[in-house]
Amino acid sequence: MNRLTGTLLVVVAGFVAGVCSAEDAPSPATVKLYDTYCVQCHGVNRDGNGLNSGDMAVKPRDHTDSKAMGDTPDDQLFKAIKNGGLSVNKSVLMPTWGGVLTDEQIRDLVKYLRFVSKTKSS
Amino acid sequence: MKHLRARITLLLGTMLLLPALAAAASGEEILQSQCASCHALAKPSDASLDRLWTRKGPDLWYAGVKFNKDWLVQWLQAPTVIRPAGVMYRKAVKAAGGGAPDVIDASQVPAHMKLGAADAAAAADALLALGTDAGLVQKGAFKQDPPNVAMASLLFNKLRGCSSCHAAKAGGPPHSGPELYSAGARLQPDYVVEYIRDPQKFDPHIWMPKLELTDADIQKLTGFLMTLKQAGAQ
Repeated sequence: MNRLTGTLLVVVAGFVAGVCSAEDAPSPATVKLYDTYCVQCHGVNRDGNGLNSGDMAVKPRDHTDSKAMGDTPDDQLFKAIKNGGLSVNKSVLMPTWGGVLTDEQIRDLVKYLRFVSKTKSS
Repeated sequence: MKHLRARITLLLGTMLLLPALAAAASGEEILQSQCASCHALAKPSDASLDRLWTRKGPDLWYAGVKFNKDWLVQWLQAPTVIRPAGVMYRKAVKAAGGGAPDVIDASQVPAHMKLGAADAAAAADALLALGTDAGLVQKGAFKQDPPNVAMASLLFNKLRGCSSCHAAKAGGPPHSGPELYSAGARLQPDYVVEYIRDPQKFDPHIWMPKLELTDADIQKLTGFLMTLKQAGAQ
């Protein structure tokens, strides 16, 4: 009986882990959005070292920085992407992407930022 | 005598006309044989993000409202680097490491082919016929206000952030957007106004943001860009 419970637990745990990682894993479409629009400044490694970052007055945000990203709530990330840096009292160099990306795509990018920064939605 | 004169006139007329006709045809032939494998010469039916990743060169289907003829003729004979990271920057950049900005893998950015003088002139004429009736650009969109260069340069370099992605001076670090230090020689001002206003109208999904700029800002920025006529790097 004990062995059966143990086996069941392992199976359930495995199932839960599988579902969770499936939820956390970014969709290729969202990764492509990041690669198209964000990498030019935020970098191939998502660490703020994009091609354009060299001579920028304010360095782009390091999306792998768990501390800074963890301190930034989802709605602020969404607003920064949609309405630009100025809308969240950050740099004008973060442009407004609301004219290019849909709200749904921006929400997907916020989720993706949680994945990249290993932080939780807040 | 009368017949002979008429015949000579006809013959002379034909001789004068023929080369012109041949040149016109050859401009289009050049576009088809030399340009079409990398550039869209007609509006593509595929307006997907994936197409931005697979196309080999910038679209030319609206070249007629975009380029200046003199610049085209020159450039086709001696091409300069307009997009340092190629037509899709993400495919050419790689991490440098150590906190340094990403770098360009030059092997991913092929050099543009060159044309001889006659072919360049013919191709430029054919290019200038493309997209003129597509309704993309309003004639007179640029109001020709003389720019306050100092103020407009501040807009470009600081206040609106354009210089993050575009070089206004030759010789600086590479960017993800096309260089603009030759914009005044290269581009038609009405096109620049309309492109800044809505980049995705020309290039669906392109990675230039649609900024919330006033028309006054757009006029100032365009006026400033029209003053930039530096030669590009070969």
